[in-house]
Amino acid sequence: MSFSAPLMENGFSSPRNESFPAGLRVLVVDDDPTWLKILEKMLKKCSYEVTTCGLAREALKLLRERKDGYDIVISDVNMPDMDGFKLLEHVGLEMDLPVLMMSVDGETSRVMKGVQHGACDYLLKPIRMKELRNIWQHVFRKKIHEIRDIESHDSFDGIQISINGSDLSDDGHMFCGEDLTSVRKRKEFENKHDDVGDHSSPKKHRVVWSVDLHQKFVKAVNQIGFDSKYEVGPKKILDLMNVPWLTRENVASHLQKYRLYLSRLQKENDLKASFGGIKLSDLPSKDPAGSFGVQSSISGNQNDVPNGRYQYSGENFFAQDLDTKNHEGDLKRVVSESTDTKSTLTADLPDPQETRSSQMSFDHSFASLDSEVNYTAIPAQYSWSEAPQFKEEHKPLLQLEDGFSQLPPSGLHHIQIDPLQSASSITSGLSVTGREICGPEKIKPLYAQFNGNHVSLLSPKESAIDSFPVQSKSHMVKHQSFEPISTAISGMKPQGFNLSCITDFESCQRNLISATDTTFAPFNEDLTVCWLQGDCHSMNFELPNVEFTDYTDPGFIAEFPIYLCDTLTSDNECPFDTPEYPIVDQGLFLS
Amino acid sequence: MDKNLSQRQLDMKRSLLDQGYLDEQFIQLEELQDEDSPNFVEEMVTTFYNNSARLLENIEQALVTGPIDFAKLDNYMHQFKGSSSSIGATRVKNECTRFREHCTAANAEGCIRTFLRVKQEHTILRTKLETYFQLARQAGPSASGGGAKVR
Repeated sequence: MSFSAPLMENGFSSPRNESFPAGLRVLVVDDDPTWLKILEKMLKKCSYEVTTCGLAREALKLLRERKDGYDIVISDVNMPDMDGFKLLEHVGLEMDLPVLMMSVDGETSRVMKGVQHGACDYLLKPIRMKELRNIWQHVFRKKIHEIRDIESHDSFDGIQISINGSDLSDDGHMFCGEDLTSVRKRKEFENKHDDVGDHSSPKKHRVVWSVDLHQKFVKAVNQIGFDSKYEVGPKKILDLMNVPWLTRENVASHLQKYRLYLSRLQKENDLKASFGGIKLSDLPSKDPAGSFGVQSSISGNQNDVPNGRYQYSGENFFAQDLDTKNHEGDLKRVVSESTDTKSTLTADLPDPQETRSSQMSFDHSFASLDSEVNYTAIPAQYSWSEAPQFKEEHKPLLQLEDGFSQLPPSGLHHIQIDPLQSASSITSGLSVTGREICGPEKIKPLYAQFNGNHVSLLSPKESAIDSFPVQSKSHMVKHQSFEPISTAISGMKPQGFNLSCITDFESCQRNLISATDTTFAPFNEDLTVCWLQGDCHSMNFELPNVEFTDYTDPGFIAEFPIYLCDTLTSDNECPFDTPEYPIVDQGLFLS
Repeated sequence: MDKNLSQRQLDMKRSLLDQGYLDEQFIQLEELQDEDSPNFVEEMVTTFYNNSARLLENIEQALVTGPIDFAKLDNYMHQFKGSSSSIGATRVKNECTRFREHCTAANAEGCIRTFLRVKQEHTILRTKLETYFQLARQAGPSASGGGAKVR
């Protein structure tokens, strides 16, 4: 059963779901084959629709392939290929599904960790039937919260504006013939479908920040960032975005969320950094003689597949052409650090506003746009496990410029590659030029500096890393790739993955993918995820197009587009899929 | 259906429960057994034993190879413990807990000792369950668990 729009009428009482919770689509992830079978049997007895999976990676793949294919995820905490908590985060961010954790270990600290990472519940093994029978409540609860979220965003209370036919809001936006009196009910799911513009204040229709929209947003942000570092304001963004029906309030709200998201990513990164590392999955470095062949071997854990997949195949990490000295400095630092085998990716963000001619390009990767993003070379294989060192070295990777400067300096930052909007100097193809960072040693921080953009290194630990928007060929990426990221970052709630981000990312990804031939995709994907998770630093994403062209991890690519697409599509349909996108508050419909 | 056999089966189950070899989880498995999966419990036990052999092997390797990595041991044992809980293997599970305590204390000798106990309990239980399932088969399908509540 899919809880799509109609469901939303009054929660779950829509006629379509009379049988709820029967047919609840559950994805069970557990590496223990015995438990997997038992749980499957138990869930079937509850009349649920069960899909089992023995690996976290596989689970993520399934989830991404069918964004709205599942209602709830149950996962074991202890899994060989990925930490259950990480999976949890990913799911929360990317799909915004309720996740239940399971373990034979009921230690308070573990349970707490689960909750912190966003688990809806923590079940102790052996699990009883009655516990499983009730899991639908988590799905239901989430829905309700989403509705409430939407409503609160829209300042719905007490507002009864009925608008018939077209109406012009104060902002001059066209309203699309909705009768608002009934909007409240419809709102939840209609938001996503409507092209409703903003109504006259105070009632705001919920804007759905689609991928495209978010991309525009990020692009605008980056553009501004380049020009005037600290002056990113909603009005400016709005102007640059050139979306007629969007209001300044919409943008402001989105911006705020974006920042929050970034800062959260950052905090998480920091936290993770101090924990020992982000692990980048191993990347076979196949990078052909890329200019930079940073090859830090990524620590073997493939643990987080999505995480931190910074899989840069060996070299591609951009040689950032740091013209600015800062960058250079950072870059070097980065590089040197990366030499260690596991250098964490942290790039110090050098003062971004340098001339941005630095181009980070890893072989097609980050072109550091003149804007602030300086990507320090991203080592192909980064093992994030060097968190500690990571931390020290890079402090504020992200430099949030313009206004996003809430980024607390932290070791690991999410690398948020901002698609360089400004891209002035980003040239796709920035290939790692001479200045590139030399080899692995150098690249430490992955994205070094984004001139203040939020370059947050996505700590592998965090799922943030995953969403490293790597843009393979700068050309396409220029903005796009980063946009999604930015979007993602904006105001994403840690768990509530922002659908829009994904969507943006998705489109970005698509662009990327199509544009490049690198296995960059996965990376992007990861990046996106990452962003969502991390703190939302209000970053000025001005990352130049970071292009990780040489991403040779095919896996990424494969994954990447898929979920992105899914996100997009799902965005319109299923309330589940639209993560409570807090950011999306203004009812922009999904374009 | 041979009443005697089914009674014997029930008695054996009762005894296994009372002696702590098995717990409530085993009963739950039996309750899950139905006409779609008439041998569900036995299948689960088989899966468990197949999988656990591998896990035990990992632990053993980790114990005998080079300097002991307690964190790794703990992790393996955690997996094994989780697996044991799936069929309600209580005694095995308890030994696992003790083992993990030794890991935490970095007590190699304690680990080795308890590991041997884990293996022992694991084997004993297997033998008992084999007997049990044999009884169950002989007793006939209606007697093989499926809702029999022995409490």
